[in-house]
Amino acid sequence: MTGHDHTRTFQADHPEPTSDAARIGLALRELLIEAGHYTVDEEQAVIAAMQGASPENGAKIVARAWTDPAYRERLLNNGGKALEEAGFDIAPYEFTVMENTGNIHNVIVCTLCSCYPRSLLGMSPAWYKSKSYRSRVVREPRKVLAEFGVKLNEDVDVRVHDSTAELRYMVLPQRPAGTDGWSGEKLASLVTRDSLIGTQRDLRVRHRTRNKL
Amino acid sequence: MTAPKFTTGQRVRIADRTPPVHHRVPSYAKGQVGIIERVCGMHGEPEKFIRGDGKPAQRLYRVTIPQTELWKPYDGTASDILEIEIFEHWLEPAA
Repeated sequence: MTGHDHTRTFQADHPEPTSDAARIGLALRELLIEAGHYTVDEEQAVIAAMQGASPENGAKIVARAWTDPAYRERLLNNGGKALEEAGFDIAPYEFTVMENTGNIHNVIVCTLCSCYPRSLLGMSPAWYKSKSYRSRVVREPRKVLAEFGVKLNEDVDVRVHDSTAELRYMVLPQRPAGTDGWSGEKLASLVTRDSLIGTQRDLRVRHRTRNKL
Repeated sequence: MTAPKFTTGQRVRIADRTPPVHHRVPSYAKGQVGIIERVCGMHGEPEKFIRGDGKPAQRLYRVTIPQTELWKPYDGTASDILEIEIFEHWLEPAA
């Protein structure tokens, strides 16, 4: 096997399978390719696209929604179309954006597996896939959020979104105070991955203290 | 595209059944009553797909369920909610 032989495994540096389940997975993949369902090149393109995705894509969309009220409206009403407008596409899934307000906090989970808008935000964090998060955030969201540092008063409603089928979600966090007149790029730099999932509520505005010295 | 059977705001009950195939309704939601939050698009039905019967398109909905109905006791407020995606053949009108 050569170092770049993608016909053997998904990636050149992919380790040899060590479990029966992994061997069956690889054998199935080889059969699908052999039967012509897809090509190795197509597979590599999908892997590359997913590896190229990151929370920065979501941050750009958030910054645009903060600075363009008409875009924010379109994003909340038809996430998929607004995503296309920004040059992204997560077909065949429906893209759904849930907006945080002063008295609404949204948090995303997939209790059945670990559905996540990967082609937009990249790979999900390990805790998002953990059994603990998936089972607990629906049952006791306030407690789980507090563990992430999100302490919610009783006047804030919690909305848990279970991503059980064909929709993929992103939270639109609140724009932090003290950011009037900021550029889209600067605003996007404040948006974190966790705030797009809902396990962070308040975005921190980092002031450059060196300017004050 | 078939017309949706339910409309936003309608009260619905999620069926309480466990087909012996892969399905996308978690057990905690089975038998629960909720409100249609929005009517989504048509998507392949997972149960038929996994049986090798193709992927016939089914209407998908988002259903809102109060957290205090789902979990007893629930540590939160009466306005906390859970929203979940449910295919049409899992829903029936509720009083």
